[in-house]
Amino acid sequence: MMSMKKEGYPKYAPGTHVSRKDIRNKNKTYTWWEPEVQYSWAMGPAISRFLQELKNGKIIARCCNKCDRVIVPPRMFCEYCYKPTDKWLYIKDTGTVETFSIAYLDGDARRIKDPILIGVISIDGASPQHGFMHYFGEMKPEELHIGMKVKAVWKPEKERTGAITDIKYFKPLKGGGK
Amino acid sequence: MNRRIAIVGIGNTDFNSMTPDVSWKELMFEACQKAYIDAGVDPRKDVDSFITCAEDFYEGFSIFDEFVPDQIGATLRPCCTVCGDGIYGLGNAFMQIKTGQMDVVSVEAHSKISDLLTFGDVVLHAYDPLFEKPVSGPVERQNYVGSPSYPKEKPKPIVGSSNEKNRIHPYFLAGLEMQHYLKKTGTTEEQCAQVVVKNKKNAFNTPYADYEANISVEDVMNSEYLFKPVKRLDISPNVDGCIAFVLADEKTAKKLDVEPIWLKGFGWCSETPWLSTRKMNADYAKMASDMAYKMAGITNPKKEINIAEVDDRFSYKELQHLEALGLADSGKAGKLLEDGELDISGSLPTNTSGGSLGVGNCFEATGLQKSLEIVTQLRGHAGKKQLSDVDIGIAQSWRGIPSGSGAVAIFGR
Repeated sequence: MMSMKKEGYPKYAPGTHVSRKDIRNKNKTYTWWEPEVQYSWAMGPAISRFLQELKNGKIIARCCNKCDRVIVPPRMFCEYCYKPTDKWLYIKDTGTVETFSIAYLDGDARRIKDPILIGVISIDGASPQHGFMHYFGEMKPEELHIGMKVKAVWKPEKERTGAITDIKYFKPLKGGGK
Repeated sequence: MNRRIAIVGIGNTDFNSMTPDVSWKELMFEACQKAYIDAGVDPRKDVDSFITCAEDFYEGFSIFDEFVPDQIGATLRPCCTVCGDGIYGLGNAFMQIKTGQMDVVSVEAHSKISDLLTFGDVVLHAYDPLFEKPVSGPVERQNYVGSPSYPKEKPKPIVGSSNEKNRIHPYFLAGLEMQHYLKKTGTTEEQCAQVVVKNKKNAFNTPYADYEANISVEDVMNSEYLFKPVKRLDISPNVDGCIAFVLADEKTAKKLDVEPIWLKGFGWCSETPWLSTRKMNADYAKMASDMAYKMAGITNPKKEINIAEVDDRFSYKELQHLEALGLADSGKAGKLLEDGELDISGSLPTNTSGGSLGVGNCFEATGLQKSLEIVTQLRGHAGKKQLSDVDIGIAQSWRGIPSGSGAVAIFGR
């Protein structure tokens, strides 16, 4: 570097990193914008009913008479048969772990001390591989396994808002077998 | 592959300013199911490829494509999304069929704009961050019904770097363009008002339209200025709705129990994003139509085109677009309108569907709404507004504010 200076290179030649301070103090050229984007999606008849039933502590599905599926989360049309679905059906709040992961990073990519257990649950009474994603609780990470029988733990009725989080998590189902 | 390509199925929902009863999925299912039944095809077996046209920011999902297949019959099938107007989707379907790889392709476009609470901000987000955003946008953030902070918190002051008091709604761009168009062509505000009157009247005969009205030029002229010379009634109001098309190659089309309407040509074009460099005379429409006319073998559009559906999301746009498409001489579209030539009984019936002013602004579905009217007219199914002797029609759409992009499709019997 010293020799470069002697040879008459401009003094900025080696370059400097842009620091956080430069950005904050607007010493460097940049532009910034924070868009305000908010949505309020109408959920339609199937999901609206599903959410209302969660408030009641129940899980409801739709049935397709053509392919004989019990579909949850419910939809007003069958994506395989491409026809409207036919009827409502309450199903259980127990199920089977299809797959899971043990998450060690929070939303901001920081390490979590107590990992969060998350997975996909097939709900009993629905067709195979029909269910949704949720947390697991009341178990050690090493207990969680594919094929495990689990049961929903609901929020107290007063705290339910008609959201998937009206179920707090799924816990091991006693006597549910492996 | 020199195969002719036909529209063999059309389907649409009703258009409404709000659709709280259905999600976008059920809206799409309704229109697509109608289009498949109209064509007599089973999407699970007969449709080879599925195209939707959607803009993520309007929908509220990044990668909206993932939420599309179920309701259009495309689960476990070739499916893709075009981030643009429905006529771009028709163009893509056309090209897919031309390859010989696909015989039947469906195209879907919709608006569920009522789900978007911060409409002005999303329009604004399409503007250049350095030169245009700082002058535009709401002074204060609102707390919208449906947002968790409603109505408890005070609205947040807007972020950004310029004088907050001078911010204006992003639709101001239409004011700039209309001012320029009127001055350059000698077109009058009254003539633009007449576009609104005509289109809202036409919409009475379009069952799915939402903004049909029996109003006078005075009513439009007396509506307040929003971005002079643009008045409130010069602007098409937003609607929700969905339209679906089924396209097929000639051989397949002839096997179906439907009169094929040929997609004879299409074109598309984008101008520079620099506002000061644009000529503001809808060059995108001119270039797109040049391409489409050439493909369709049209040498004298004024004589050969029997019906036009052009983008009228602001009243002056209809006249500007007719001139850009070569259907009227520069500055003469207003005169054609005054002479009644753009009426249903005129020599160039324009926006017989009611256009966006009468049907509503349906965003990415705009081009398909225009095409729907042309195909319906060519089929002879347009009811009270049915024209006699229509063989060739043009549908044209613009990507909307602040774009200088658009597409054209030409249909024939």
